[in-house]
Amino acid sequence: MTTTTEKTRVSLAESLRGAITEEMARDPKVFCLGEDIAVPGGWGGAFTVTLGLEERFPDRMINTPIAELGFFGVGVGAALMGMRPIVDVQYGDFLFLAMDQIVNNAAKMCYMSGGQCKVPLVMRAPVGATGRGSQHAQNMERYFIGVPGLKVVAVSTAYDARGILKAAVRDDNPVLIFEHKLLYGSKGARAESGAIDASSEIPEQDYVLPLDQAAIRREGKDVTIVGWLLTAHLAQQAADRLADEGVAAEVIDARSLSPIDFETIGASVDKTGRLIIVEEGPKTGGVGAEIAAGISERFGDRIRSSIRRVASADVPVPFTPVLENAYIPDVPRITAAALEMVRG
Amino acid sequence: MTTPQPKIDLADHDVGFLQGLYERMVLIREFEEGVKFLFLEGTMPGTIHQCQGQEACAVGVCAALESTDWITSTFRGHGHALAKGLSVDEMLFELFGASTGCAQGKGGSMHMVNMDKGMVPSIAIVAGGVPVAAGMALAFKMQQTSQVAACFFGDGAIAEGAFHEGINMAAIWDVPALFICENNQYGASTHVSKVMRTATIAERLSSYGIDGQRVDGNDVLAVYEAARNAVDACRAGKGPAFLELLTYRRTGHSRRDACHYQPKPERQQWMDHDPITRLGQALTEAGHTTTEELDAVRKRILVSFDESVERAKTQPMPTVADLTTHVLA
Repeated sequence: MTTTTEKTRVSLAESLRGAITEEMARDPKVFCLGEDIAVPGGWGGAFTVTLGLEERFPDRMINTPIAELGFFGVGVGAALMGMRPIVDVQYGDFLFLAMDQIVNNAAKMCYMSGGQCKVPLVMRAPVGATGRGSQHAQNMERYFIGVPGLKVVAVSTAYDARGILKAAVRDDNPVLIFEHKLLYGSKGARAESGAIDASSEIPEQDYVLPLDQAAIRREGKDVTIVGWLLTAHLAQQAADRLADEGVAAEVIDARSLSPIDFETIGASVDKTGRLIIVEEGPKTGGVGAEIAAGISERFGDRIRSSIRRVASADVPVPFTPVLENAYIPDVPRITAAALEMVRG
Repeated sequence: MTTPQPKIDLADHDVGFLQGLYERMVLIREFEEGVKFLFLEGTMPGTIHQCQGQEACAVGVCAALESTDWITSTFRGHGHALAKGLSVDEMLFELFGASTGCAQGKGGSMHMVNMDKGMVPSIAIVAGGVPVAAGMALAFKMQQTSQVAACFFGDGAIAEGAFHEGINMAAIWDVPALFICENNQYGASTHVSKVMRTATIAERLSSYGIDGQRVDGNDVLAVYEAARNAVDACRAGKGPAFLELLTYRRTGHSRRDACHYQPKPERQQWMDHDPITRLGQALTEAGHTTTEELDAVRKRILVSFDESVERAKTQPMPTVADLTTHVLA
């Protein structure tokens, strides 16, 4: 089908950069705050997302000291006074430093003021194991999904990244966006080995995507496989293999982690009767546990086989490739779990 | 420890202005004393952190602010709220947990707020408001307004990372933030000398390129003058300012603390330098008022407070349906 719409293929990092640029051009209240984001000749943040923006917006690209607690608090204060900051950390692991400002201030100001305050704060954090050992690698989603007042999303394609970032900037609540280092498509010195292509054809015109909806990536009747970020891609690869085995897997990219879109996931489970949740990160206390419990409560009578979680071992992220590869859920484990359930 | 100067210099201030400062301090004192009584007799739920003896800090600083300026406060925030113009009613109703309180009963003592009067919700993590105020001031600078963000905190905040990170960013970006450290000398039960090696808090600010000043925090006019100069500097684009207001926490840290760790002579010395008594004496000695008139001020405030308490007792409570509202904007 041909359309009159111009489309370009862009990487996830380029898509985020385009969305930030357009939002800053649209609204003078939008600005960026973070480490190494506005240094001429520098990196554009750790993964090139804000590369070159300081040339176009010299007054609205605020380069910070290495002080995550402080500049997340600065973001909260600016947001309370009507600005719309986009704050990022170089690695998601550093969110622990900013935890007080995110959880005690950003997420609670609206509630504890009886609805008087708004904190329209966008926070971006790269996660995922990528050969950097234990402290530049964790999947941090689990620590934030149970924080009332905070919206948590995970973007796994360039198309979604643009629409979700724009929606987050325009939302009046704090929104934490997780991105995966292997999906950016960063180039040059910031390129990642083992990267997965998450680029998309993107229309020129403006669009936003809902912050509370999962996306069905592939339809199938036999088993539902839910992933997000890297595991959304791994789930699709597993579905290809399962198709060769005669099993039709339905793949869902959870996208919205708080709130979790139980409607979409549940409708799929209603159809397949089987659910696998694929999570990068320790199995214990993960997002997968919350999805499993929520589906059990809502659709327990539709489940034909015990819900499975394909997740990482309960260990810190290891460095050496042989162990890191064993840590990250992979296609063979997802495929095997699905076959066991279907043929079980 | 430096002792405060006993004599207050009234300079050539307008008598009405001076009487206003006096009344505002008495309002805070009687509010806190009344609230203490209500808690002890079990009328109110929750906990309280009070500011009797520190009234000159809140009143002196807020007198130097415009209504369009903003403040951040802490868990010990009743005085700041009253000084910024919140009403006794909206605060008492909040303390009673009523839906008519300033935060509809969802904030309580530690999160007093009124966004129409320039007060964001008080932040009960001791240094949590420092980077927030830096961000508020950054917003004013980016929006090119002439507003100032005044950030109240105590000596208990100065060892937290948020204090140093927030102050540093305010300094490097030259934002119009006024940081006010009410040094009441105790962080919970620990004396400030046990948590820092310098003689004053103010001198630490030189390491951030800020000229920190120590001021007698029980002299409301000294506080006002220092704050006015600092606010003027902020409005002139001369970056952040820092005041260390030396005062004393004569109440317990919270509601059931009997302060056994405070030496009696020290307590007595500070009781003798009460900020309200000192201003009252200066006003009577200058012939601006009489002790009878000052007594009348206090009585009028007490009558009005008691009327507020009676109203508070009949305010509507939130319903269970309100539990899940306001989570998101």
